[in-house]
Amino acid sequence: MNLWLTMIAAGLATFATRLSFILLIERMKLPAWFQRSLRFVPLAVLSAIVLPELVNPNGALDLSLRNPQLISGLLAIVVAWRTRNVILTILLGMAALFFFQALIGHFAP
Amino acid sequence: MTEPAGELSKALAEKSGKQEFWQGIRDESPILLGVIPFGLIYGALAVHAHLSSAAAQAMSAVIFAGSAQIIFTQLLTAGTSGLVMLVVVFVVNLRHALYSASVAPYVRSLSTAWKLLLAYLLTDEAYAVVISHYRREGVSASRHWYFLGAGLTLWTAWQISSGLGIFIGASLPNSAMLSFVLPLTFIALVVPSIRDRAGLAAAVIAGLVGVLAINFPFKTGLLDAALIGILAGMAIEGRHS
Repeated sequence: MNLWLTMIAAGLATFATRLSFILLIERMKLPAWFQRSLRFVPLAVLSAIVLPELVNPNGALDLSLRNPQLISGLLAIVVAWRTRNVILTILLGMAALFFFQALIGHFAP
Repeated sequence: MTEPAGELSKALAEKSGKQEFWQGIRDESPILLGVIPFGLIYGALAVHAHLSSAAAQAMSAVIFAGSAQIIFTQLLTAGTSGLVMLVVVFVVNLRHALYSASVAPYVRSLSTAWKLLLAYLLTDEAYAVVISHYRREGVSASRHWYFLGAGLTLWTAWQISSGLGIFIGASLPNSAMLSFVLPLTFIALVVPSIRDRAGLAAAVIAGLVGVLAINFPFKTGLLDAALIGILAGMAIEGRHS
């Protein structure tokens, strides 16, 4: 298949998933349990994106203190919880990663 | 001097479309700190995959989904067939159907043209900001302008940053630092929105299952993890009500 055709088809597929329920909701009544489930969508999806990134930064599971992404991520979770400030969380998380990468690199055999 | 009662009625009055639009831009702006490095990385990877600059830039507008675009370029390098690439992009982007269901009640009364436009702008980062605004403020006659403001802000940043990535190409420094910004952004958005035990359960269970399912092909683990997390949240909520 031609690159451009594949790309346009992939774009249409993406658009279709984004549009799906926005259009469907007019035509059908969504069941009550389904509507109740929706409030958990952002929490569940975003958390399922984040946690694997923290424990698996370089394509291998690493739960040790030598994983700078894990330590910095946990620190960012605490900062986000206490301050509720987006920019502060990102900046402190980046500073922590910078610091722990250097520290762990320094003590690496 | 305004009377307190005057102040109150002013605060209760609905914001205009213009005010909503600007507030959407303002609330989306901090998120760009995470999106711009991601766009740079995509652009650099696309150049590595020998995509033409035109094709790489067009993909940012046509697919407009960061992780799907990165996977698309990787599969292209690996010489994967077009049909397989199409299926993979669809699966990776299936989570957007959950976002679609989640915002659907709030955009229900809009015209079809608005629905098409807002659906196109429904990315992870726009969704996260827009849904918390809808939850806090509810629906109003001009609320969709907030969605448009947030969505367009993200769209513009994505086009510019992926263009820059294509331009700078391989000479990007320390990609470990850059790729860490996006998880940090999601942490900053998710953690404050955990308000009860059911929400905490949904986030923790989804995260743990996501880790266990890490090696599932084409990120299908992400969708499994999200669905199990949602079920966990509902189960805890059911027990407490």
